[in-house]
Amino acid sequence: MQQSNTYIITFSVILTVVLGFLLSGTSELLGPIQKEAEALDTKKQILGAVVDAEKIAAMKPKEIRAYYENTISSKVVNINGEEVSEQDGVAITAEAVDIAKNYKKPAEERLYPVYIFHEEGNEDKVLSYILPVFGAGLWDSIWGYLALQTDLNTIEGVTFSHAGETPGLGARITTKDVQGRFQGKEIYNESGDLVAVEMQKGEGKDYSSNPHMVDGLSGATLTAKGVNNMLTNYLSAYESYLKKVKGNS
Amino acid sequence: MSTETAEKVEVKKPAEALLSKRRKKLINDPLVDDNPITIQVLGICSALAVTTQMKPTFVMALSVVFVIVMANLTISIMRNTIPTRVRIIVQLAVVATLVTLVNEVLKAFAYDMYKELSVFVGLIITNCIVMGRLEAFAMGNKPYDSILDGFGSALGYSWIILAVAFFRELWGSGTVFGIPVFDTVSSLFGEDFSLATNGLMVSPVGAFIILGLIIWVQRTKTGYVEH
Repeated sequence: MQQSNTYIITFSVILTVVLGFLLSGTSELLGPIQKEAEALDTKKQILGAVVDAEKIAAMKPKEIRAYYENTISSKVVNINGEEVSEQDGVAITAEAVDIAKNYKKPAEERLYPVYIFHEEGNEDKVLSYILPVFGAGLWDSIWGYLALQTDLNTIEGVTFSHAGETPGLGARITTKDVQGRFQGKEIYNESGDLVAVEMQKGEGKDYSSNPHMVDGLSGATLTAKGVNNMLTNYLSAYESYLKKVKGNS
Repeated sequence: MSTETAEKVEVKKPAEALLSKRRKKLINDPLVDDNPITIQVLGICSALAVTTQMKPTFVMALSVVFVIVMANLTISIMRNTIPTRVRIIVQLAVVATLVTLVNEVLKAFAYDMYKELSVFVGLIITNCIVMGRLEAFAMGNKPYDSILDGFGSALGYSWIILAVAFFRELWGSGTVFGIPVFDTVSSLFGEDFSLATNGLMVSPVGAFIILGLIIWVQRTKTGYVEH
Protein backbone atom coordinates (compact mmCIF):
# COMPACT_ATOMS: atom_id res chain seq x y z
CA MET A 1 0.00 0.00 0.00
CA GLN A 2 2.80 2.35 0.93
CA GLN A 3 4.35 2.00 -2.49
CA SER A 4 1.22 2.95 -4.44
CA ASN A 5 1.33 6.19 -6.35
CA THR A 6 -1.81 7.45 -4.63
CA TYR A 7 -0.23 6.95 -1.23
CA ILE A 8 2.98 8.69 -2.24
CA ILE A 9 1.12 11.64 -3.72
CA THR A 10 -1.19 11.98 -0.72
CA PHE A 11 1.75 11.73 1.65
CA SER A 12 3.70 14.39 -0.24
CA VAL A 13 0.74 16.74 -0.39
CA ILE A 14 0.03 16.45 3.33
CA LEU A 15 3.70 16.90 4.20
CA THR A 16 3.98 19.94 1.96
CA VAL A 17 0.88 21.55 3.43
CA VAL A 18 1.94 20.90 7.02
CA LEU A 19 5.48 22.20 6.49
CA GLY A 20 4.16 25.12 4.47
CA PHE A 21 1.82 26.16 7.26
CA LEU A 22 4.60 25.80 9.80
CA LEU A 23 6.92 28.05 7.81
CA SER A 24 4.40 30.71 6.92
CA GLY A 25 3.19 30.69 10.52
CA THR A 26 6.69 31.35 11.83
CA SER A 27 7.30 34.01 9.26
CA GLU A 28 4.03 35.72 10.18
CA LEU A 29 4.80 35.45 13.89
CA LEU A 30 8.40 36.64 13.73
CA GLY A 31 7.89 39.20 10.97
CA PRO A 32 7.39 42.27 13.19
CA ILE A 33 10.35 41.35 15.41
CA GLN A 34 12.54 40.84 12.35
CA LYS A 35 11.49 44.21 10.94
CA GLU A 36 12.48 45.86 14.18
CA ALA A 37 15.81 44.06 14.23
CA GLU A 38 16.41 45.22 10.66
CA ALA A 39 15.53 48.82 11.51
CA LEU A 40 17.88 48.71 14.47
CA ASP A 41 20.61 47.34 12.25
CA THR A 42 20.14 50.22 9.79
CA LYS A 43 20.44 52.68 12.64
CA LYS A 44 23.62 50.99 13.74
CA GLN A 45 25.02 51.27 10.23
CA ILE A 46 24.10 54.95 9.98
CA LEU A 47 25.66 55.70 13.35
CA GLY A 48 28.61 53.51 12.42
CA ALA A 49 29.69 56.10 9.85
CA VAL A 50 30.30 58.67 12.59
CA VAL A 51 30.67 56.75 15.84
CA ASP A 52 33.28 54.18 16.82
CA ALA A 53 32.14 50.62 16.15
CA GLU A 54 33.13 49.53 19.66
CA LYS A 55 30.98 52.19 21.22
CA ILE A 56 27.97 51.00 19.24
CA ALA A 57 28.69 47.37 20.01
CA ALA A 58 28.70 48.17 23.72
CA MET A 59 25.29 49.85 23.58
CA LYS A 60 22.04 48.05 24.23
CA PRO A 61 19.32 48.22 21.55
CA LYS A 62 17.34 50.67 23.69
CA GLU A 63 20.34 52.95 24.11
CA ILE A 64 21.06 52.86 20.39
CA ARG A 65 17.49 53.88 19.59
CA ALA A 66 17.63 56.71 22.14
CA TYR A 67 21.04 57.86 20.94
CA TYR A 68 19.85 57.80 17.33
CA GLU A 69 16.76 59.75 18.29
CA ASN A 70 18.87 62.40 20.04
CA THR A 71 21.64 62.81 17.53
CA ILE A 72 20.21 62.14 14.08
CA SER A 73 17.73 64.28 12.24
CA SER A 74 16.81 63.25 8.75
CA LYS A 75 15.27 64.54 5.58
CA VAL A 76 14.67 63.37 2.05
CA VAL A 77 15.89 65.26 -0.99
CA ASN A 78 15.63 64.78 -4.74
CA ILE A 79 18.33 64.98 -7.36
CA ASN A 80 18.06 68.77 -7.42
CA GLY A 81 18.71 68.99 -3.73
CA GLU A 82 15.15 70.08 -2.94
CA GLU A 83 13.59 68.68 0.16
CA VAL A 84 10.76 66.22 -0.49
CA SER A 85 8.28 65.80 2.30
CA GLU A 86 5.53 63.92 0.53
CA GLN A 87 4.99 61.84 -2.56
CA ASP A 88 1.57 61.08 -4.04
CA GLY A 89 0.01 62.61 -0.95
CA VAL A 90 1.87 60.32 1.42
CA ALA A 91 4.36 61.78 3.88
CA ILE A 92 7.89 60.49 3.45
CA THR A 93 10.45 59.94 6.16
CA ALA A 94 14.09 59.18 5.43
CA GLU A 95 13.94 55.96 7.44
CA ALA A 96 11.08 54.66 5.33
CA VAL A 97 12.85 55.21 2.01
CA ASP A 98 13.92 51.89 0.55
CA ILE A 99 17.25 52.71 -1.04
CA ALA A 100 17.46 49.39 -2.87
CA LYS A 101 14.09 50.02 -4.53
CA ASN A 102 15.02 53.59 -5.40
CA TYR A 103 18.26 52.39 -6.94
CA LYS A 104 16.25 50.64 -9.66
CA LYS A 105 14.67 53.91 -10.77
CA PRO A 106 16.53 56.39 -12.98
CA ALA A 107 18.74 58.68 -10.91
CA GLU A 108 16.50 61.70 -11.54
CA GLU A 109 13.45 60.03 -9.98
CA ARG A 110 15.10 58.58 -6.92
CA LEU A 111 14.56 59.81 -3.41
CA TYR A 112 17.74 60.53 -1.49
CA PRO A 113 17.63 60.41 2.30
CA VAL A 114 20.05 62.56 4.27
CA TYR A 115 20.89 61.91 7.89
CA ILE A 116 22.25 64.83 9.83
CA PHE A 117 24.36 63.98 12.83
CA HIS A 118 24.25 66.72 15.44
CA GLU A 119 25.20 67.22 19.06
CA GLU A 120 23.00 65.36 21.47
CA GLY A 121 19.74 67.23 21.78
CA ASN A 122 20.96 70.26 19.82
CA GLU A 123 19.83 70.12 16.22
CA ASP A 124 21.55 73.35 15.21
CA LYS A 125 25.02 72.11 16.06
CA VAL A 126 25.60 69.88 13.03
CA LEU A 127 28.59 67.57 13.26
CA SER A 128 28.33 65.70 9.98
CA TYR A 129 26.12 64.75 7.06
CA ILE A 130 25.52 61.05 6.50
CA LEU A 131 24.58 60.01 2.97
CA PRO A 132 23.38 56.53 2.05
CA VAL A 133 25.02 54.96 -0.99
CA PHE A 134 24.00 51.89 -2.95
CA GLY A 135 25.44 49.95 -5.85
CA ALA A 136 26.52 46.67 -7.31
CA GLY A 137 29.48 44.71 -6.03
CA LEU A 138 30.87 41.70 -7.79
CA TRP A 139 28.10 39.23 -6.98
CA ASP A 140 25.28 41.20 -5.44
CA SER A 141 24.30 44.57 -4.03
CA ILE A 142 26.59 46.58 -1.83
CA TRP A 143 25.52 49.58 0.17
CA GLY A 144 26.70 51.82 2.90
CA TYR A 145 26.71 55.20 4.57
CA LEU A 146 29.20 57.96 3.96
CA ALA A 147 29.63 60.69 6.54
CA LEU A 148 30.96 64.09 5.47
CA GLN A 149 32.34 66.64 7.87
CA THR A 150 30.73 70.07 7.98
CA ASP A 151 33.08 71.35 5.27
CA LEU A 152 31.13 68.93 3.05
CA ASN A 153 34.39 67.74 1.60
CA THR A 154 36.28 65.65 4.13
CA ILE A 155 35.06 62.13 4.81
CA GLU A 156 34.36 61.58 8.48
CA GLY A 157 33.76 57.87 8.12
CA VAL A 158 32.04 55.17 6.09
CA THR A 159 30.22 51.93 6.73
CA PHE A 160 29.74 49.34 4.03
CA SER A 161 27.56 46.26 3.89
CA HIS A 162 27.10 43.65 1.23
CA ALA A 163 24.72 40.89 0.28
CA GLY A 164 27.04 38.34 -1.24
CA GLU A 165 30.63 39.38 -1.73
CA THR A 166 33.29 36.69 -1.40
CA PRO A 167 34.20 36.07 2.24
CA GLY A 168 37.81 37.03 2.90
CA LEU A 169 38.03 39.03 -0.34
CA GLY A 170 35.27 41.45 -1.31
CA ALA A 171 33.47 40.91 1.97
CA ARG A 172 36.34 42.73 3.63
CA ILE A 173 34.60 46.02 2.83
CA THR A 174 32.67 45.50 6.05
CA THR A 175 35.82 45.44 8.17
CA LYS A 176 36.97 48.39 10.22
CA ASP A 177 40.39 48.17 8.63
CA VAL A 178 39.11 48.78 5.10
CA GLN A 179 36.50 51.35 6.12
CA GLY A 180 39.10 53.26 8.11
CA ARG A 181 41.07 53.86 4.90
CA PHE A 182 38.42 56.34 3.76
CA GLN A 183 38.68 58.54 6.82
CA GLY A 184 40.04 62.00 6.13
CA LYS A 185 39.87 61.62 2.34
CA GLU A 186 38.32 64.44 0.34
CA ILE A 187 35.65 64.31 -2.36
CA TYR A 188 36.36 67.64 -4.08
CA ASN A 189 39.65 68.47 -5.75
CA GLU A 190 41.44 71.80 -5.49
CA SER A 191 39.50 73.40 -8.31
CA GLY A 192 36.24 72.45 -6.64
CA ASP A 193 35.17 69.59 -8.92
CA LEU A 194 33.61 66.49 -7.48
CA VAL A 195 36.08 63.66 -7.97
CA ALA A 196 34.95 61.42 -5.10
CA VAL A 197 37.49 58.92 -3.84
CA GLU A 198 38.77 55.88 -5.62
CA MET A 199 39.99 52.56 -4.34
CA GLN A 200 43.12 51.65 -6.23
CA LYS A 201 44.12 48.36 -7.77
CA GLY A 202 46.42 46.33 -5.57
CA GLU A 203 46.91 46.66 -1.88
CA GLY A 204 49.50 47.78 0.62
CA LYS A 205 50.61 51.05 -0.93
CA ASP A 206 50.61 54.25 1.04
CA TYR A 207 48.12 56.78 -0.27
CA SER A 208 48.12 59.08 2.74
CA SER A 209 49.47 61.97 0.66
CA ASN A 210 46.68 61.75 -1.91
CA PRO A 211 43.28 62.79 -0.57
CA HIS A 212 41.35 61.07 -3.39
CA MET A 213 43.04 57.67 -3.46
CA VAL A 214 42.31 54.79 -1.12
CA ASP A 215 44.32 51.59 -0.77
CA GLY A 216 42.60 48.82 -2.74
CA LEU A 217 41.51 45.28 -2.01
CA SER A 218 43.94 42.63 -3.13
CA GLY A 219 41.98 39.85 -4.84
CA ALA A 220 38.78 41.87 -4.89
CA THR A 221 39.42 44.56 -7.47
CA LEU A 222 35.91 44.17 -8.87
CA THR A 223 34.30 44.76 -5.49
CA ALA A 224 36.54 47.81 -5.06
CA LYS A 225 35.39 49.03 -8.47
CA GLY A 226 31.82 48.55 -7.33
CA VAL A 227 32.55 50.66 -4.27
CA ASN A 228 34.08 53.37 -6.47
CA ASN A 229 31.09 53.44 -8.80
CA MET A 230 28.69 53.49 -5.89
CA LEU A 231 30.43 56.45 -4.29
CA THR A 232 30.74 58.41 -7.54
CA ASN A 233 27.12 57.78 -8.50
CA TYR A 234 25.61 58.79 -5.23
CA LEU A 235 27.93 61.66 -4.46
CA SER A 236 27.12 63.24 -7.81
CA ALA A 237 23.44 62.70 -7.08
CA TYR A 238 23.82 64.48 -3.76
CA GLU A 239 25.96 67.23 -5.26
CA SER A 240 23.21 69.79 -5.67
CA TYR A 241 22.05 69.17 -2.13
CA LEU A 242 25.57 69.63 -0.83
CA LYS A 243 25.88 72.86 -2.83
CA LYS A 244 22.67 74.12 -1.30
CA VAL A 245 23.83 73.40 2.21
CA LYS A 246 27.13 75.12 1.47
CA GLY A 247 25.31 78.14 0.06
CA ASN A 248 23.22 78.48 3.18
CA SER A 249 26.02 78.39 5.67
CA MET B 1 1.99 10.73 15.85
CA SER B 2 0.43 10.41 19.30
CA THR B 3 0.14 6.65 19.06
CA GLU B 4 3.81 6.44 18.20
CA THR B 5 4.85 8.46 21.25
CA ALA B 6 2.64 6.42 23.52
CA GLU B 7 4.11 3.23 22.15
CA LYS B 8 7.60 4.50 22.80
CA VAL B 9 6.91 5.06 26.49
CA GLU B 10 5.18 1.68 26.91
CA VAL B 11 7.82 -0.39 25.22
CA LYS B 12 10.99 1.33 26.36
CA LYS B 13 10.77 1.91 30.06
CA PRO B 14 10.42 -1.59 31.41
CA ALA B 15 12.69 -3.04 28.75
CA GLU B 16 15.68 -0.70 28.86
CA ALA B 17 17.05 1.94 31.22
CA LEU B 18 16.68 5.53 30.03
CA LEU B 19 20.43 5.74 29.61
CA SER B 20 21.43 2.14 29.18
CA LYS B 21 24.90 1.15 28.03
CA ARG B 22 23.74 0.83 24.43
CA ARG B 23 22.18 4.28 24.54
CA LYS B 24 25.22 5.88 26.12
CA LYS B 25 27.19 4.44 23.26
CA LEU B 26 24.88 6.24 20.83
CA ILE B 27 26.01 9.52 22.34
CA ASN B 28 29.62 8.67 23.15
CA ASP B 29 30.61 7.01 19.92
CA PRO B 30 30.37 10.04 17.65
CA LEU B 31 32.28 12.17 20.15
CA VAL B 32 35.60 10.47 19.51
CA ASP B 33 35.63 6.96 18.06
CA ASP B 34 33.22 7.66 15.26
CA ASN B 35 33.43 11.44 15.08
CA PRO B 36 31.56 12.81 12.07
CA ILE B 37 34.29 15.30 11.21
CA THR B 38 37.56 13.64 12.14
CA ILE B 39 36.69 10.03 11.34
CA GLN B 40 33.84 10.14 8.85
CA VAL B 41 35.16 13.42 7.39
CA LEU B 42 31.69 14.90 6.93
CA GLY B 43 30.61 18.50 7.38
CA ILE B 44 34.10 19.79 6.60
CA CYS B 45 32.84 22.74 4.56
CA SER B 46 31.13 24.51 7.44
CA ALA B 47 33.89 23.45 9.83
CA LEU B 48 36.27 25.49 7.70
CA ALA B 49 33.99 28.39 6.99
CA VAL B 50 32.50 29.46 10.31
CA THR B 51 35.38 28.78 12.66
CA THR B 52 37.30 32.06 12.57
CA GLN B 53 35.66 33.09 15.82
CA MET B 54 34.15 31.31 18.78
CA LYS B 55 30.86 33.19 18.97
CA PRO B 56 29.47 32.45 15.50
CA THR B 57 30.86 28.93 15.81
CA PHE B 58 28.93 28.45 19.02
CA VAL B 59 25.71 29.65 17.38
CA MET B 60 26.39 27.38 14.42
CA ALA B 61 26.95 24.44 16.78
CA LEU B 62 23.68 25.13 18.58
CA SER B 63 21.85 25.36 15.26
CA VAL B 64 23.28 22.06 14.09
CA VAL B 65 22.36 20.36 17.39
CA PHE B 66 18.80 21.64 17.05
CA VAL B 67 18.47 20.66 13.38
CA ILE B 68 19.94 17.16 13.73
CA VAL B 69 18.03 16.27 16.88
CA MET B 70 14.69 17.58 15.60
CA ALA B 71 15.16 16.07 12.15
CA ASN B 72 16.08 12.72 13.63
CA LEU B 73 13.05 12.85 15.92
CA THR B 74 10.63 13.88 13.18
CA ILE B 75 11.86 11.34 10.65
CA SER B 76 11.94 8.61 13.27
CA ILE B 77 8.33 9.32 14.25
CA MET B 78 7.27 9.24 10.61
CA ARG B 79 9.56 6.40 9.58
CA ASN B 80 6.83 3.80 9.15
CA THR B 81 4.67 6.06 7.03
CA ILE B 82 7.34 7.46 4.72
CA PRO B 83 7.14 5.86 1.28
CA THR B 84 10.60 4.46 0.49
CA ARG B 85 10.63 5.84 -3.02
CA VAL B 86 10.43 9.45 -1.87
CA ARG B 87 12.20 9.15 1.46
CA ILE B 88 15.18 11.31 0.53
CA ILE B 89 13.00 14.18 -0.59
CA VAL B 90 10.91 13.84 2.58
CA GLN B 91 14.07 14.01 4.68
CA LEU B 92 15.21 17.02 2.71
CA ALA B 93 11.88 18.78 3.19
CA VAL B 94 12.01 18.23 6.94
CA VAL B 95 15.62 19.38 7.23
CA ALA B 96 15.03 22.39 5.01
CA THR B 97 12.05 23.41 7.12
CA LEU B 98 14.04 23.15 10.34
CA VAL B 99 16.94 25.09 8.86
CA THR B 100 14.60 27.84 7.69
CA LEU B 101 13.11 27.99 11.18
CA VAL B 102 16.57 28.43 12.69
CA ASN B 103 17.35 31.14 10.17
CA GLU B 104 14.11 33.01 10.89
CA VAL B 105 14.65 32.84 14.64
CA LEU B 106 18.21 34.12 14.26
CA LYS B 107 16.97 36.94 12.06
CA ALA B 108 14.47 37.99 14.69
CA PHE B 109 16.51 37.62 17.85
CA ALA B 110 20.17 37.77 16.85
CA TYR B 111 20.33 39.93 13.75
CA ASP B 112 24.11 40.35 13.85
CA MET B 113 24.55 36.60 13.97
CA TYR B 114 22.04 36.24 11.17
CA LYS B 115 24.03 38.59 8.96
CA GLU B 116 27.19 36.69 9.64
CA LEU B 117 25.87 33.16 9.58
CA SER B 118 22.81 33.04 7.36
CA VAL B 119 24.72 31.61 4.39
CA PHE B 120 26.17 28.84 6.49
CA VAL B 121 22.98 28.14 8.40
CA GLY B 122 21.30 27.62 5.05
CA LEU B 123 24.05 25.19 4.17
CA ILE B 124 23.21 22.97 7.16
CA ILE B 125 20.75 21.43 4.70
CA THR B 126 23.65 20.08 2.71
CA ASN B 127 25.64 19.09 5.78
CA CYS B 128 26.18 15.41 5.14
CA ILE B 129 26.01 14.68 8.86
CA VAL B 130 22.31 15.57 8.98
CA MET B 131 21.22 13.54 5.99
CA GLY B 132 23.62 10.78 6.99
CA ARG B 133 22.03 10.32 10.40
CA LEU B 134 18.52 10.45 8.98
CA GLU B 135 19.22 7.84 6.35
CA ALA B 136 21.45 5.62 8.46
CA PHE B 137 19.71 5.81 11.81
CA ALA B 138 16.40 7.63 12.13
CA MET B 139 14.77 5.70 9.26
CA GLY B 140 15.17 2.45 11.20
CA ASN B 141 15.12 3.35 14.89
CA LYS B 142 12.67 4.53 17.51
CA PRO B 143 12.31 8.24 18.32
CA TYR B 144 14.11 8.29 21.67
CA ASP B 145 17.13 6.43 20.33
CA SER B 146 17.15 8.71 17.31
CA ILE B 147 17.24 11.79 19.53
CA LEU B 148 20.24 10.37 21.38
CA ASP B 149 21.96 9.44 18.14
CA GLY B 150 21.38 12.89 16.68
CA PHE B 151 22.54 14.53 19.87
CA GLY B 152 25.71 12.47 19.87
CA SER B 153 26.58 13.23 16.27
CA ALA B 154 25.80 16.92 16.69
CA LEU B 155 27.99 17.12 19.80
CA GLY B 156 30.76 15.32 17.99
CA TYR B 157 30.53 17.94 15.26
CA SER B 158 30.21 20.80 17.74
CA TRP B 159 33.21 20.10 19.91
CA ILE B 160 35.46 19.78 16.90
CA ILE B 161 34.38 23.06 15.32
CA LEU B 162 34.59 24.78 18.71
CA ALA B 163 38.09 23.42 19.21
CA VAL B 164 39.14 24.60 15.76
CA ALA B 165 37.54 28.00 16.41
CA PHE B 166 39.28 28.30 19.76
CA PHE B 167 42.75 27.98 18.25
CA ARG B 168 41.92 30.02 15.17
CA GLU B 169 40.51 32.91 17.18
CA LEU B 170 43.28 32.77 19.77
CA TRP B 171 46.14 32.68 17.28
CA GLY B 172 44.45 34.64 14.53
CA SER B 173 42.86 37.49 16.47
CA GLY B 174 44.36 37.07 19.94
CA THR B 175 40.94 36.75 21.54
CA VAL B 176 38.62 34.04 22.85
CA PHE B 177 34.87 34.69 22.58
CA GLY B 178 35.86 38.28 21.78
CA ILE B 179 37.76 38.66 25.06
CA PRO B 180 41.25 39.97 24.33
CA VAL B 181 43.74 37.39 25.58
CA PHE B 182 46.95 38.52 23.89
CA ASP B 183 46.44 42.12 24.97
CA THR B 184 45.86 41.05 28.56
CA VAL B 185 48.98 38.89 28.53
CA SER B 186 51.17 41.72 27.27
CA SER B 187 49.71 44.22 29.73
CA LEU B 188 50.23 41.78 32.61
CA PHE B 189 53.76 40.64 31.85
CA GLY B 190 55.11 43.68 30.06
CA GLU B 191 56.11 44.41 26.48
CA ASP B 192 58.36 41.35 26.21
CA PHE B 193 55.27 39.19 26.15
CA SER B 194 53.41 41.05 23.43
CA LEU B 195 52.27 38.29 21.12
CA ALA B 196 51.76 38.72 17.40
CA THR B 197 48.62 37.37 15.75
CA ASN B 198 48.91 35.06 12.78
CA GLY B 199 46.88 36.13 9.76
CA LEU B 200 47.04 32.62 8.35
CA MET B 201 44.71 31.42 11.09
CA VAL B 202 41.98 33.79 9.96
CA SER B 203 41.98 32.39 6.45
CA PRO B 204 40.46 28.94 5.71
CA VAL B 205 43.98 27.54 5.41
CA GLY B 206 44.30 27.94 9.16
CA ALA B 207 41.27 25.73 9.66
CA PHE B 208 42.78 23.01 7.47
CA ILE B 209 45.96 23.05 9.54
CA ILE B 210 44.19 22.95 12.91
CA LEU B 211 41.75 20.31 11.73
CA GLY B 212 44.62 18.23 10.35
CA LEU B 213 46.43 18.45 13.67
CA ILE B 214 43.32 17.41 15.60
CA ILE B 215 42.77 14.44 13.30
CA TRP B 216 46.43 13.47 13.62
CA VAL B 217 46.40 13.59 17.42
CA GLN B 218 43.12 11.74 17.58
CA ARG B 219 44.09 8.98 15.19
CA THR B 220 47.41 8.50 16.94
CA LYS B 221 45.50 7.88 20.15
CA THR B 222 42.71 5.70 18.77
CA GLY B 223 44.85 3.92 16.23
CA TYR B 224 42.19 4.42 13.58
CA VAL B 225 43.41 3.78 10.06
CA GLU B 226 41.49 4.48 6.87
CA HIS B 227 41.24 1.52 4.53
